[in-house]
Amino acid sequence: MKLLKNIALSDTGFVFNPGTGDSFSVNPIGLSILKDLQEGKSEEAIRNRVIEDYQTDNETIEKDLYDFLKMIEQFNLTDYHE
Amino acid sequence: MKKQIYERPLIQRINTGMMNKFGTKTEYAPVSHIDGLAVKDLIKEYGSPLFVLSEETIRNTYREAVRAFKTRYPKVQFAWSYKTNYINAVCNIFHQEGSWAEVVSGFEYQKAINNGVPGPKIIFNGPDKSDDDLRRAITNNSPIHIDHLDELYRLTELAEEMNKRPNVAIRVNMDTGIYPMWDRFGFNYENGQAWDAINKIILGNRLELIGVHCHIGTFMLSPQAYATAAYKLSDLALGIKKKFGKTIHYIDMGGGFASKNTLKGSFLPGADTTPTIDQFAESITTALLNAGFTENDLPLLILETGRALIDEAGYLLGSVLANKRLSDGRRATIMDFGVNILFTSFWYDHKISPAQEFSSYTEDTVMYGPLCMNIDVVRSHITLPPLRKEDHVVVHTVGAYNMTQWMQFIAMRPAVVIIGIDGKSLIIRNKETIENIESSEVMPDFLKKHELASGILK
Repeated sequence: MKLLKNIALSDTGFVFNPGTGDSFSVNPIGLSILKDLQEGKSEEAIRNRVIEDYQTDNETIEKDLYDFLKMIEQFNLTDYHE
Repeated sequence: MKKQIYERPLIQRINTGMMNKFGTKTEYAPVSHIDGLAVKDLIKEYGSPLFVLSEETIRNTYREAVRAFKTRYPKVQFAWSYKTNYINAVCNIFHQEGSWAEVVSGFEYQKAINNGVPGPKIIFNGPDKSDDDLRRAITNNSPIHIDHLDELYRLTELAEEMNKRPNVAIRVNMDTGIYPMWDRFGFNYENGQAWDAINKIILGNRLELIGVHCHIGTFMLSPQAYATAAYKLSDLALGIKKKFGKTIHYIDMGGGFASKNTLKGSFLPGADTTPTIDQFAESITTALLNAGFTENDLPLLILETGRALIDEAGYLLGSVLANKRLSDGRRATIMDFGVNILFTSFWYDHKISPAQEFSSYTEDTVMYGPLCMNIDVVRSHITLPPLRKEDHVVVHTVGAYNMTQWMQFIAMRPAVVIIGIDGKSLIIRNKETIENIESSEVMPDFLKKHELASGILK
C-alpha cells in the first residue's frame, strides 16, 4: 500500500489531501506510519519498525496497523495505481 | 534508546461543521481512583464489571438535602424510595440518617420490615397492593396511599373486617404546567376526583385520612412545577380543614428531583442544567408557607426523593472486551457491561471516563455492551482516547435504578461494593452465580434426559 503522492504531512500531525480538500489529524505514531508509507515501506517493515520504537508486541501492532491502513484506505489517501 | 509508550495509531477526518458556542467537552480525563481506592485494585479484587457506591457521598448528599429543606421549613421528613435502590445496606444508610421507608409493593414492604423500619414509618404507595399486603399494612399502622377507587373500597371492607381504622392518604395527580402530565397515579385534582375520594373517605368514617400525596413526574427539571403541586395539595388540605374541621397531618410531595445525569437529546450536560436541591426546596417550602396554614396546622412535609440522593454516589467499573471498526468507519468499543446491568443508558448519555492515563488524542466511538442484541448500546457517540482490550472505564452517576432495574439476561449480575467512610471497600451484594438463578427452576422428570443424534460434528 502506498500513500497518494500529493498528500501533505505536517510534523504536528496535520494531514491534507489537496485533491479533495479533506484534512485529517493523526497522533504521533500514526504520523510515523504515514511517513513510512510515503517512503514505500512494506507492512512488515512498518510493523518491525514500530515494535523497535514502541513498547508493544507483534500481535497488537498487527491488529492496530490493519485497522489504521483500512481507515486511510477508506479516507481515500492511498494510491490504487501503484 | 528507551522505547516510547505505545498508543494505537489514529487518524480522524477534520470536519468543519456548524459552530457550537458551548464547545464539546471530551471525557478523557482519567478517573483512576474512587474515594481513594484504585479502580484496577477494585476490579482485581471483586471482578469486572463492578458497581461501586460511596458511603461518604450518600451521607453528604442526604445531609445536604435535609439542610436545604429544614432551614426553610420546620417539619420535614424524608422517606427513602426503595425502588431507586433497595440493596439493604443502602437502605440502612438512609435509615441511619433518619429517613423513613417509601415502598410500592409487598416485596418492598417486606424488605423495609426486614430492615427494622417500624410500620408507622413505612409509607405504602403504588397501584399494586394485595389483600395480604393491605392487611399487613393495616396491622402495622403504616400510612397507606390510596391510588384508585377500587383500592379505597377494598380498604374500607378490610377495615370493617379487621375492625381497625387504617391511616390513609390519597394520591393526587394534577396539572403542574409540565409535559407530559402524569395522571395515571391517584385521583385528579382539576376534575374533582380528588375531592370525591376525600368525601368518600371522611364521610365513610372507616379510614383515617392523615395526608395528601402527589408524585408529579420523574427527572423533573422545573422547580416551579413543585411549587404548583405544593399549592394544590395545600388547597386540598386547607379545604378539608374548612369543610370537615379535620387537620391533615402531612403533605407528601413524592419524588422526581433530577440528578446530574444528562438525558439523551439534551443540548447541555445535566451537571449544568439540573436545578439544585435548594431550588426545589425553595419552591416547595415557599408555596407551603404562603398557602395559609396556621402555625399549629402546618403539615409535616414528606419527601420521597430517590434518584437525586443516590445517583452521584454510584459508579460502574468495567473493562474493554474488544475494539472494532464499523462499516462506516466509526470506531466501536465493546465493554463487559451493557444495557442488562446499565438500564439507565436507555435514557441517559452517561459520563464515562477511562481509568488510566492517556494522551490527548481521541476518537469518536460507539460504546457497545457485551450482549448479542442490537439494542445493547451504552453510548451511541462518545469521544474517548484509544482504549485497549482489558483497559478499565468508570461510568458515573449510576446509583439510581440500575441496581433495581438490572436484568439477569444473557450474563449474570455483578457484585456491588461500598466504599465506607473509613476508606475500605466491602461487598454489599455478591456477584450472581448460576446456582442462584437455577435454584428457582424446576426440571420435570420427563425432561431430565435427552440424546442428541450425532451429526456432522463429532
